[in-house]
Amino acid sequence: MVERRPGLNLLAHLVLVLGVAIVAFPLYLTFVASTQTAEQIVQNRPMSLLPGDNLVESWRVALFGGTTNYGAATPPVAPMLWTSFVSAMVIAVGKIAISLLSAFAFVYFRFPGRSLCFWMVFVTLMLPVEVRIGPTYEVVSNLGMLNTYAGLTVPLIASATATFLFRQFFLTVPDELVEAARIDGAGPMRFFRDVLVPLSATSIAALFVIQFIYGWNQYLWPLLVTTDESRYPIVLGIKRMISGGDAYTEWNVVMATALLAMLPPAAVVLLMQRWFVKGLVDSEK
Amino acid sequence: MAIEKRVRFKSAWLPYALIAPQMAVVGVFFFWPAAQALYQSVLTQDAFGTSTEFVGLLNFERLFADDTYLASFRTTAVFSVLVAVLGLSASLLLAVMADRVLQGTHVYRTLLIWPYAVAPAIAGVLWLFMFAPSIGVVSHALVAAGIEWNHLLDGRDAMALIVMAAVWKQISYNFLFFLAGLQSIPKSLIEAAAIDGARPWRRFWTIVFPLLSPTTFFLLVINVVYAFFDTFAIVDAATQGGPGKDTAILVYKVYYDGFKALDLGGSAAQSVVLMAVVIALTAIQFRYVERKVQY
Repeated sequence: MVERRPGLNLLAHLVLVLGVAIVAFPLYLTFVASTQTAEQIVQNRPMSLLPGDNLVESWRVALFGGTTNYGAATPPVAPMLWTSFVSAMVIAVGKIAISLLSAFAFVYFRFPGRSLCFWMVFVTLMLPVEVRIGPTYEVVSNLGMLNTYAGLTVPLIASATATFLFRQFFLTVPDELVEAARIDGAGPMRFFRDVLVPLSATSIAALFVIQFIYGWNQYLWPLLVTTDESRYPIVLGIKRMISGGDAYTEWNVVMATALLAMLPPAAVVLLMQRWFVKGLVDSEK
Repeated sequence: MAIEKRVRFKSAWLPYALIAPQMAVVGVFFFWPAAQALYQSVLTQDAFGTSTEFVGLLNFERLFADDTYLASFRTTAVFSVLVAVLGLSASLLLAVMADRVLQGTHVYRTLLIWPYAVAPAIAGVLWLFMFAPSIGVVSHALVAAGIEWNHLLDGRDAMALIVMAAVWKQISYNFLFFLAGLQSIPKSLIEAAAIDGARPWRRFWTIVFPLLSPTTFFLLVINVVYAFFDTFAIVDAATQGGPGKDTAILVYKVYYDGFKALDLGGSAAQSVVLMAVVIALTAIQFRYVERKVQY
């Protein structure tokens, strides 16, 4: 703050509160819709902006499935949550694991073919899976990985963001640590396990948040590789629920499902906010 | 920062074992499909999928002679410009305000950060729900205010809908980077300008904004890439490319042509064009961001 300008401060708070309100409104509306019945949402035009009394019922139907008043059977969301969770974990942990190893090799070893390998990894940064869906789908289907967790996750691990973040970080680790480890008789893997990985804890935490969200929010890829409803992640499941048209959609159940789909990644972001912000700003800049 | 380490470990086999997992994944799920896309883009299949034939650049010629493809290019351009400009302006405004207030910066950050966690598909569903012509709260308010709204019939309304959803989803990301950028500007510069009599408005445009330009440029590229590639789910959830093809962005068209219309050669050619677009964007980003101003 350079000078006192109460008017300007008031304006700043006003703009921020307004911004937060606009950003939060869809969330509030989602919550309200999940507390009403499908009839209330469709028949009161527009729907009431105050919470109704159908909260428990909507969430129960969303989580465990069931027949609603229209007689439409809704699939249970609980297994989808599990699928999403497993995929997101595999993607996050898998990416971090293979990237730690390869970044270690790129920084601490010199070996024939190193720069070729490095460039091969580097190029993958440029092409998101959306760009090569068709051919990647064929590869996955040839390998018999449709409708499997492997098919859902492994192709998404094939990118280099994490490798680069770890490489950047390893380059800032003082050389003296290597020398000290060597004097103490530690080999490369010992050094990796006991010195490098513990030092990288913050980067690992930040990357975990980013990759978990990336994995949880995948849509196009699961849309292609899962044809079996029991393998749908939740983000895909919710889209299937709204394909019937406005009047036939159980909006209260859809909105409860939407909240269920948002809660885990939002919780991860908010709980790990400090590392997440640092990791995001550091890794991309 | 050193590019190379002074001290290294020596081993003939260990580094290969260490990079093997990553090279395997990258090889199988990146290079193989990318090569496949290039290969398919020069082939064509007959109607029954029984024979394929080499056609050279025919798929590309067909693609660029196709009015719907060119229209999709225009749609994508309009969409990404709107998303980038609106998203950056809104988040810059919020970041400048959050940087200015003494109390509550953290509270505001927490309240603005969470849309980052929302899946694009969910964002599409939420905005669809607000703006659905029959049941949407906002669409009713618009109609009550005398503004016609029906994104199922009007292409411009549909475009507005996906732009809003995409901007909303991306605002936290932009906000975080702008806030970090603003907080790294030395306060002494601002104070010096204030002593020279520059008012806040003037200080912003002559000092803060120019110093922020590396962040802005970086975010511009990121937002364009986001609008190009990460918004498939928003489009699929909110408009399915409709009405007609008014919101069929390029990635949506690749998906539609390849998996719904089963035109593999055409879809592969579109993939190759998209690859070229990303590579160009990445090259631009590295060229300018690497040279960014140090302060």
